Amino acid sequence: MNEAPRQGSSARPGAGERLFGRAVPRLEDAPLLTGRGRFVDDVQLPGLLAVAFVRSPFAHARIRAIDCEGARGMPGVAAILTADDLSPLLTSGVVAGAMPSAAIRHEVYRPVLARDEVAYAGEAVALVVAVTRHQAEDAAEAVLVDYEPLPAVADGRAALAPAAPAVHARLPDNLLATFDFHYGEVDAAFESAAHVVRAEFDLHRGGGHSMEGRGVVAAPDPLEDRLRVWSSTQTPHALKAALCTLLGRGEDDIFVSVPDLGGGFGPKLVTYPEEIAVAAVAAHLARPLKWIEDRQEHFLVSTQERDQHWRMEMALEADGRIAGISGALTYDIGAYTARGLNVPYASGMMLTLPYNVPSYRLDIAVALTNKAPATPVRGAGQPQATFVMERLLDLAAAELGLDRAEIRARNLVRAEQMPCRKPLKLRGGTDLVLDSGDYPATQSAALEQAGWAGFAARKDEARAEGRAIGLGLANYVEGTGRGPYETVTVRVTRQGRIRVSTGATAMGQGLQTAMMQIVADHLGADPANIDIHLGDTAEPYGFGGFNSRQTVVAGASADAAARAVRHKVLSVAAHKLGVEARALDIAGDLVVETGGGNRSLTLAEVAVAAQGIAGFRLPGIDTPGLQATERVVIDDMAYSNGCAVAEVEVDRATGGVRVTRLAFAHDCGVMVNPAMVEGQLMGGIALGLGNALFERMAYDEAGQPLTTTYADYLLVTSAEMPEVAVSHTESPTYLNALGVKGVGESGVIPMAAAIASAIDDALDDLGVRVLHAPISPQELRAAIRAAGGGAR
Amino acid sequence: MSRETFRLTVNGASYEVTAPDRKTLGDALREDCGLTGTHLGCEHGVCGTCTVIVDGRPVRSCLMFARQAEGAQVRTVEGLAKGDTLHPLQQAFIDAHALQCGFCTPGFLMLIVGALEQDPDMTEEDLAHVLSSNLCRCTGYASIARAALAAYPRPAPAAE
Repeated sequence: MNEAPRQGSSARPGAGERLFGRAVPRLEDAPLLTGRGRFVDDVQLPGLLAVAFVRSPFAHARIRAIDCEGARGMPGVAAILTADDLSPLLTSGVVAGAMPSAAIRHEVYRPVLARDEVAYAGEAVALVVAVTRHQAEDAAEAVLVDYEPLPAVADGRAALAPAAPAVHARLPDNLLATFDFHYGEVDAAFESAAHVVRAEFDLHRGGGHSMEGRGVVAAPDPLEDRLRVWSSTQTPHALKAALCTLLGRGEDDIFVSVPDLGGGFGPKLVTYPEEIAVAAVAAHLARPLKWIEDRQEHFLVSTQERDQHWRMEMALEADGRIAGISGALTYDIGAYTARGLNVPYASGMMLTLPYNVPSYRLDIAVALTNKAPATPVRGAGQPQATFVMERLLDLAAAELGLDRAEIRARNLVRAEQMPCRKPLKLRGGTDLVLDSGDYPATQSAALEQAGWAGFAARKDEARAEGRAIGLGLANYVEGTGRGPYETVTVRVTRQGRIRVSTGATAMGQGLQTAMMQIVADHLGADPANIDIHLGDTAEPYGFGGFNSRQTVVAGASADAAARAVRHKVLSVAAHKLGVEARALDIAGDLVVETGGGNRSLTLAEVAVAAQGIAGFRLPGIDTPGLQATERVVIDDMAYSNGCAVAEVEVDRATGGVRVTRLAFAHDCGVMVNPAMVEGQLMGGIALGLGNALFERMAYDEAGQPLTTTYADYLLVTSAEMPEVAVSHTESPTYLNALGVKGVGESGVIPMAAAIASAIDDALDDLGVRVLHAPISPQELRAAIRAAGGGAR
Repeated sequence: MSRETFRLTVNGASYEVTAPDRKTLGDALREDCGLTGTHLGCEHGVCGTCTVIVDGRPVRSCLMFARQAEGAQVRTVEGLAKGDTLHPLQQAFIDAHALQCGFCTPGFLMLIVGALEQDPDMTEEDLAHVLSSNLCRCTGYASIARAALAAYPRPAPAAE
């Protein structure tokens, strides 16, 4: 099934050739390759002023006073505003987070600007407007803020200790929420278990680190009394809604658009205080303003994922079948809620999914700390859950003397169980149902590709040469296609062009191309005749990009809208030509006869006819125009699955780990574009490799960030990437007409688990167990020494 | 902060720039020359997104002051294609699916073009080493390496 991506710009098909399912070239590429991309920092407007923020150097402090006088007189400075200055411009001083939950005990929404207290290093306390960015930054440095430092806490478990410093002085404790997942007879399962394995896991994940940081441009339009906002966001509709609410404006008074996005990876799905502040001040000053996040700000204030501490146990029958899983998760969410509890919720919900687990109990405690707010980063809690589950299975395999693949095969959800209802609820309360897939077959495909069966001999040979190599595996399930819907409008313009607009928002994954492929086959199959407008907030209902959802939900709506428009095109043309609609087809920009006739109409002619003529009946249609808007509602999620098998070599003297090969078998349903699917996997794999071995956003005990450059915080480069063999299987989901599932986060999910398993295997003579990530050489070297390896 | 006027030569055209001494070449290309194809990723010299070619060498334009490029030949991504004809490396990026969001792409293009013009005989191994100088968060790099090798085929390593 290993289908190499079909490549080549000559792949542009002629009329009638299907585009869906093929590795056609991307519509996005040519402008991006020639310097004609339009990213938010490329937006230039007459009179544009630059914004810089004054940010707290302390993780926790009371603000006694802010003195802006000296700074106001500096060259180029147009305005400096504090929270008090901003207050009359806004209906509320905080950005209310999405995702309400009854479990949340304290309301800790992010202030647009901090007024009395800062709760993490980097929190904004004032906004400076100047002619140039240099001048704005100079003045920001000259703003004198009188801080009274307060005790800070920077560790989730420490924050929940009885005498812990308060993260917010006004709150009685730092426990943001507790909730649980619970089904089946857990206690009974452990009482009667043949085997029980136990472990604690410390799992960190760092930031999003899109190569483009965040940024916003806001420009008041005095002629129309509107505010135009360009933002590097994954969710323009959410931003528009927040701006309308906080600025007290109507829906037609604010227009948000998303330029080319230089990567998202999760943090850009949140609406940020900076976006609100810049827009409010632009409207107030009646001047266009631009703020572009620099990399240090990205480290300090863009949301990140965060440490999870798991204390877990698994009960097993004598034959290796899982009887129950029980434990507790402590989650560090940072100083404020920006996306509710959805990361720990996803972790707890996803833990057991690939396997048949008869009983499960997880108690989750969410702690506030004096750190930047935590929200989803690509994977959104699923990589950590996968790490815990897969490592428990490896411990169980060792306890029972079973092969690691065999214990998984005995527990995986089987193809004949599909659709498989799990005794778990999605966050909206609907039952969790695994829709499709053959998980054991996917695992087998990965094992075969990796040479699992013959590896023991290779490992022995290597060990005889003094090299420690190991092989590890991890299965995953990815929840994709979060509903309820995304809007898509398809219209044939009077020029005969096909215009597709949607609230779905590109982050670089090739969404324009995917939407084009879905629409094109119904409407002439000519990519050059199709214009795609993404992130369109003129449409009132939309969500945007997160949760590997857009090809699924926007794809379903695009397919339905294109079918509806095709029907109208053929009805009008049939009326004009005096033939049956079924005797017609659309080829390129022509409607042609298929049954031997050679008459044709251009799409432009059909579109002009379809708008109607005053005083005449519509030509063959009941509603005017060649347009359809669809919002296909899909409440259930589509579950992609896969298996990663990683091979590593461990340097026992240094603790260094090199991933040498990776076999990745996966199933994301029907693929719209196999080359783009492979691109999504490869990028996810690189991020997962970083999470496994390199990426750590470190803070000291006082909440000071320690890693704020790429010299300290290591991203994977091409040198660390292993050879990767990908194999695709396509099990269509019944949840949408296209049979597609999402794949945007698949690559990242199993990586740390598979690499940890491989390291254990490489060091199995020492009995080293990797129970944390990222796995630094220092930590691994210490573990090797503690296990008696390498006396030095 | 003194502001001075000087000229930059970019892609063969001359631009008058009035900027303070501390303005980087990257900022001047974007703001004063209107060449926004060069992107700034980290502004501390690690990610390589802002790479341009100065007098034949790939350079991080966030680490060079604009004034330092006075009198030099600067080349940016806007200068790679000849009219509608893409540079072979640009075409190879399309064919190999070597870009996703495209933000780091101009830096990779200028890095590869600059490095191979400087050392046309570099081996595949050398080229792999060069590619590790820039960061990409989308692609996982393999497709970028494929594109570079397609545009600049390297002789097979000599048999030992």
